[in-house]
Amino acid sequence: MTDTVISAKDLSLTFQTNDGPVHALKDVTLDIQKGDFVSFIGPSGCGKTTFLRCMADLEHPTGGSITVNGVSPEEARKSRAYGYVFQHAGLYPWRTIGGNIRLPLEIMGYGKADQDERVQRVLDLVELSGFEKKFPWQLSGGMQQRASIARALAFDADILLMDEPFGALDEIVRDHLNEQLLHLWDRTNKTIGFVTHSIPEAVYLSTKIVVMSPRPGRISDVIESTLPKERPLDIRDTPEFLEIAHRVREGLRAGHAYDD
Amino acid sequence: MRKSLFPILTVVAAIFVIWYGASVGLNMAWAKDQATRAGTDPSFSELVANTWSQTKPKLPAPHQVAVEIWNTTGEMILNGRAFSKRSLIYHSWITLSATGLGFLLGAGFGILLAIGIVYNRVMDMSVMPWVIASQTIPILAIAPMIIVVLNAVGISGLLPKAMISMYLSFFPVVVGMVKGLRSPGMMQLDQMKTWSATKGQEFWRLRLPSSMPYLFTSLKVAMAASLVGAIVGELPTGAVAGLGARLLAGSYYGQTIQIWSALIMAAALAAVLVALIGLIQKIVLKRMGMA
Repeated sequence: MTDTVISAKDLSLTFQTNDGPVHALKDVTLDIQKGDFVSFIGPSGCGKTTFLRCMADLEHPTGGSITVNGVSPEEARKSRAYGYVFQHAGLYPWRTIGGNIRLPLEIMGYGKADQDERVQRVLDLVELSGFEKKFPWQLSGGMQQRASIARALAFDADILLMDEPFGALDEIVRDHLNEQLLHLWDRTNKTIGFVTHSIPEAVYLSTKIVVMSPRPGRISDVIESTLPKERPLDIRDTPEFLEIAHRVREGLRAGHAYDD
Repeated sequence: MRKSLFPILTVVAAIFVIWYGASVGLNMAWAKDQATRAGTDPSFSELVANTWSQTKPKLPAPHQVAVEIWNTTGEMILNGRAFSKRSLIYHSWITLSATGLGFLLGAGFGILLAIGIVYNRVMDMSVMPWVIASQTIPILAIAPMIIVVLNAVGISGLLPKAMISMYLSFFPVVVGMVKGLRSPGMMQLDQMKTWSATKGQEFWRLRLPSSMPYLFTSLKVAMAASLVGAIVGELPTGAVAGLGARLLAGSYYGQTIQIWSALIMAAALAAVLVALIGLIQKIVLKRMGMA
C-alpha cells in the first residue's frame, strides 16, 4: 500500500489568447506515489511545465481536479508542502549563499538558531559547505543551481518540484548534478516532480517517466522504470537503460511531436 | 583615476579656450567704443586685455569670475566674515538648506507615490498622468503661487522654497522607483508565492532591494532638480538671500561677474551633492554585494 501524494484527474487548463484558446493541458490524469521520482518529458508546448505549476498553485486549472497531499494545491502551498526549483537559480545577488537559503526560512518564521542549523545541513546535502559567506556571482552556474536546490530543501517540504533545473547547464555539469540529485533523493526520501526535455536525464533519474505531447497538452505514455534504485552513471550504457530510452522516444514520436 | 585625468583636463582646457575667445568677441564692441570716445587708438593686444578686465562685461573672463568667487568666499573666511550677507558661502548655505529639505521631502514623497502606484491598481491607472502633467507646468509660473498660498496660511521662510524643490525633485524618484519596484521578474515573484510570502515580506526582501540601483540613479537627478528648484524658488519671490537672490540682484545692476560667480557656485554645489549621492550609492551597493 503506497500513499498517493499528488493526484490529478481529467485536469485541463485553457489559456485565452488573442489567437483563440490554447489548450495547455487537456484531460490529464496521473497519480504520484510517495517517494516517486517522476519526470515529465515532451517537446515545448506539451504542458509539462504548466502541469508542474498547477501542482504548485502557480497556475489555476480550468477543468478537472488536482490534489496535493490530499488537499487543494493552494492549501498545500500555504502549508509549505513543496519546494520549487526554477530553471534559473534565481539567487538574490545582494544576499550571500547562506542568506539566500535563509530567505524562505525567514519568511516562514523559523528561529535564528534553527535557521543556522538548517542552512548548514542543506549546504552539506548539496556539497556546498564552506560557501555560506560567498555571493552568488562568486559561484559557477552549477553551484548556483545546487544552492537553489538547497534553498528548496531547507524547510523540509516532502515534495520537490523541479522545472528544468539543469536545462541551462552543460552536459558534464549536468551529469554530475544528476548523480548528486539521485543521492539526495535516496537520502531524503522525497517525492520529486522533474520537468526535462532530455531523454537520458529522464531515464537516468526517474522511477516513473511521463511522456507528454502538445496541442492539446496531454499524457501520451507513462513508463515505470525497471532500473534499480542504485544507479551509477554508466548504467546509461546497459541494454535495459537503452530499452527504456527507446520506449520514451517511441512515446514522443507517437504523440506526433515531430509532425511539423 | 590617472587614465581619466587626461581627457578631463583636455575638456577643461578646451572650455577655457572657448570661454576666453568668447569674452574677447562679446566684449570687443564695448572696448572699441571706449577707445573711440577717449580718442585713443589702442593696439589689438591692448583691446584684448581690455575685454578681459571690464567691470561690467557682457561675458566676464574666467579669471575675473575666479577672483570674484575668491573675494566672496576664501577671503571672507580669512577675515572671519564667512557668514556675512556679502559672502557667497552665506548665500550658498541658504540655498543648500532649501535644497536639502526639498530633496528629502521630494524623495520621500516620490518613494511613497511609487509604492502606491506599484501596489494599488487604482493609483496605477490614475496617478502617473497627473505626475507627468505636474512637470509640464512651468515652475517659474507656479513658484510665486506656492509662496503666496503658503504665506497666507502662515508658512514662510525655508519651507516654501523647499516645497518648490520638492515639486521638481519627486518626479524622477517616482519614475525610477516605479521601475525599480517592478524590476523583479515573474520567476522571482512566483518564487515568493511558493513560499507563501506576505506582501510585506515580498516588498522588504525582494522589491525594495531590487530597486536600489534605480533609486540611486533617480536620486542623483532629483538632487540636481532640487537645487534648480531652490534657486528658482528664490528668483520670483523677492528673496534677499540665496544664490537665486544673488543672480537676481546681479541682473538688476548688470553685475555679470556676480551672476557668473553665483552660477559657478551653484554648479559646484550640484556637482558636490551629486557626487555625495554617488558615494553613498557605492557604499550601499558594495555592502549589498552588488557592486
